[in-house]
Amino acid sequence: MNSGPRRGELLLELLSEEIPARMQQRAISDLVNLVQAKLAAAEIPASDVKGYVTPRRLIVVADGIPAAQPDRSEERRGPRVGAPQPAIEGFLRAAGLASLAECEIRDTGRGEFYFAVRSHPGRSAVAVLPEILRAALNELPWAKSMRWPGARLRWVRPLSSILCLYDGEVVPLAVEGVPVGRTTRGHRVLSPGEFCAASAADYFDKLQHAYVVFDHDRRRALIGAELDRRAGELGVVVKADPGLLDEVTGLAEFPVVLAGAIDPDLMSLPAEVLQTAMRTHQRYFSCAYPDGRPAPYFLVIADNLAPDGGAAIVAGNERVLRARLADARFFYDQDRKVRLEDRVEALKERVYHAKLGSVYDKVRRIERLAEALAAYIPDATPALAQRAARLAKADLSTGMVGEFPELQGIMGRYYALNDGENARVAMAIAEHYKPQGPHDACPTAPESIAVALADKIDSLAAFFAIGERPTGSRDPFALRRAAQGLIRLVLENALRIRLGAAFAKAVEFVLVASPDSAELTALQEELLQFLADRLKVHLRDQGVRHDLIAAAFAQLGAVGLLYTANYEDDLVRLLARVQALRSFLDTEDGANLLVAYRRAANIVAIEDRKEGRARSIDVNGDLFVLPEEEALARTLDSVGDCAAALANNERFDEAMAELARLRQPVDAFFDKVTVNTDQPELRENRLRLLARIRATMNRIADFSQIEG
Amino acid sequence: MALARPNQLAASQETSVSFQSLIADLQKFWAAQGCVILQPYDMEMGAGTFHPATALRALGPQPWRAAYVQPSRRPTDGRYGDNPNRLQHFYQMQVILKPAPGDSQQLYLASLAALGIDARAHDIRFVEDDWESPTLGAWGLGWEVWLDGMEISQFTYFQQVGGFDCDPVSTELTYGLERLAMYVQGVDNVFDLDFNGAGGAARITYGDVFHRAEREYSAYNFEFADTALLTRHFADAEDECRALLARRLALPAYDQCLKASHLFNLLDARGALSVTERAAYILRVRELAKGCCEAWLSGERPTS
Repeated sequence: MNSGPRRGELLLELLSEEIPARMQQRAISDLVNLVQAKLAAAEIPASDVKGYVTPRRLIVVADGIPAAQPDRSEERRGPRVGAPQPAIEGFLRAAGLASLAECEIRDTGRGEFYFAVRSHPGRSAVAVLPEILRAALNELPWAKSMRWPGARLRWVRPLSSILCLYDGEVVPLAVEGVPVGRTTRGHRVLSPGEFCAASAADYFDKLQHAYVVFDHDRRRALIGAELDRRAGELGVVVKADPGLLDEVTGLAEFPVVLAGAIDPDLMSLPAEVLQTAMRTHQRYFSCAYPDGRPAPYFLVIADNLAPDGGAAIVAGNERVLRARLADARFFYDQDRKVRLEDRVEALKERVYHAKLGSVYDKVRRIERLAEALAAYIPDATPALAQRAARLAKADLSTGMVGEFPELQGIMGRYYALNDGENARVAMAIAEHYKPQGPHDACPTAPESIAVALADKIDSLAAFFAIGERPTGSRDPFALRRAAQGLIRLVLENALRIRLGAAFAKAVEFVLVASPDSAELTALQEELLQFLADRLKVHLRDQGVRHDLIAAAFAQLGAVGLLYTANYEDDLVRLLARVQALRSFLDTEDGANLLVAYRRAANIVAIEDRKEGRARSIDVNGDLFVLPEEEALARTLDSVGDCAAALANNERFDEAMAELARLRQPVDAFFDKVTVNTDQPELRENRLRLLARIRATMNRIADFSQIEG
Repeated sequence: MALARPNQLAASQETSVSFQSLIADLQKFWAAQGCVILQPYDMEMGAGTFHPATALRALGPQPWRAAYVQPSRRPTDGRYGDNPNRLQHFYQMQVILKPAPGDSQQLYLASLAALGIDARAHDIRFVEDDWESPTLGAWGLGWEVWLDGMEISQFTYFQQVGGFDCDPVSTELTYGLERLAMYVQGVDNVFDLDFNGAGGAARITYGDVFHRAEREYSAYNFEFADTALLTRHFADAEDECRALLARRLALPAYDQCLKASHLFNLLDARGALSVTERAAYILRVRELAKGCCEAWLSGERPTS
């Protein structure tokens, strides 16, 4: 066995009490980065730094660390050889030298000069490492950290010991209250004794023999393979669950997969209940038969190789699950004794938000919204949408949802079916919280869409109405997720809905006293802006340029209303406009016209700013001098109206083609016409013509938003 | 026992760990670790943490080791004795070690071994669970301890109580005694637990002792507790607590804080509180707790 350390090898192991699974990966990558950066900053860079993490240890191995920092030499140029004595003396004093004999004479090409050269020998790695590593430990960021007796360092849980070797020698780290040396311990139960490490290779070898699978990825792969093997033995398939796999990988140093059985009587519980009890509460993997039916088995990852082959562990886990499911059965039976309809009143007791009333109030709002929205959703029955909205939150007061909050909505569906509600109503109750995130499926059933939309539109409108907007990383009411959900519901179902109007209605419902219209308009605009921002984020992943979205979002309602934006609140139409815009800008005409637009817009903007007013676009034909002015004005008139008409009919490609007709007269205008003439009237008229170019194009999209 | 006939004695030996012997074993173990073995505090409380031997003694520099059983009342958890796992009144074994010893985890595992739970034959896990008590203004980092998938203990390194830093930090262990006993005895229904380890006619189960209490208290907690009266009592306890704090009588003041806390739990179980009211009540109790901790720390003599 090669147990000697490699040259320049650093090994650091921080043995602690159990580190929360969700923090492990982040901690090791932070630690590796810190060590790497600090080695480099100290000029003893490692050629390679690796990190490993288990529930009880962070391990860093670095290779190729130089034995010492490089020597540094400091040079100072002095006076020319033969310079006057005072200059020479001054130089010697400044350089800290006794006589010229300690100087070098160099020919710089412009004569010979005295040079003072001082060399600073680099410090050894052994001397530098303790400082660096202590600093790394102090700086490692934990989401939550604690104090413990005797120690000054804050850590996620108490540190038991530190193993730290450089070139096989202990690095004297001196961390108060924590022993540092070359010893550590293996698996808590399977190999509790101490052992000594001579080098990284020796350490990893012994660690493995001490029942510690130190590499997260290896543990993960091992668990994955064992899950499949165990399931295979039972003739079933494991339900893939990468998130759970990650978590359990962080809960065991020596993972052992065991299979347990579920009482067949309890398998009649709703599948989601079984799943939640197993996954969320027990971290078990669930199984299914090859045909998809839930199988009465679970797989659990133990952190021990018990002498009885795990029989006692399995028996214990089976008993725990049985108790949990018996509990769930109790709730399920109790809950079904009261109809959902009769639970709606109880929502009055449930505060939604201090300023927004109870959940019952919210339900009343989404009932009305869902019914109204149903008109815009193909095949949706307004009465069913309303019914589903009324019952959507009723399961919040059931025992099952109290016990398993993540089953909200889902239990509502079971209870609705039990009450004899329409199946579409039941489905809408289950799906109305969806989509919950970017990977969650989006509802497609008409009434589900209606209630899901209503729920999100109400949340957004209500919280904006009371001044609760997400800021920075703070989004306590998950409004960004609501907006994202809203966008997906609309786009994935290709719904033609004017969201501005929907928001206005929702705001009206919230601010029961009819608001003055200015407040309502301001809120509506803010909501649409917020939605547009989320849309940019949402579409960024699909490679859609955010500036095109911004351009398509705001165009002008009509020529003349120059600075009153008309927001595109029909997302389907907005996307179509973005597509057309993208194609147009890819053409030579489009690219060229964009340049001309900017030129015109810049000139007008500068003049407008100077004069502190927005320039009219009212052009006086009598003041045209050159044919190019006349031609441009004429084309602008016809193109503007035609393009707007086409856009209104959602024929965006044709609208863009229409815009392309501007290119020739615009180019000709810039070519031949001087805007800055000394005749003020002519100059003003030409500026207005430029403003008109901008206004005309802005009727199709706000070209000023386009970047690049 | 003097009356037990030989066959009953034989039967009693079959049950290795009765509920009461499990408690005795834990007390014996922790006594050997230098803990004073206290008796339950004579007031209603939601958890052993609220006992002044933990809540107050965790503050200040004095070393302290104590272990005790504390009946814990959680009115909302009652199920009229119909649910095999839910109780509105149950027992916790509470251990406080101050300062927290470096081998806290080993000590804990040794205490399980003393109950016959060999870590080598089971799967014992420390799963992240940061503890926080909003009413006590206390928090700490630690774990739930899982034994073959069952949560049997809470393990916490106290960081703050009443908003004050714990210095030194203590180790707090809380054993859920019914859960632990159910595991050890292999019983699925808490009411079937062997309480006294006797056989035949002398056998007493947990249900014999507590089933009626669960039924009656559930009815009281959920249906018949007079909320107007509870609200008044809460205000009274609050006033009394403040009056006592003004005289720097930390311990009697803390009793009133405990009273207020339990009254709040009862009001909560009756569904008498909206979410906002609930938050306001929690804040009021926390203010009292904070005052008590402050008075305890200051250690001033009473003014009269």
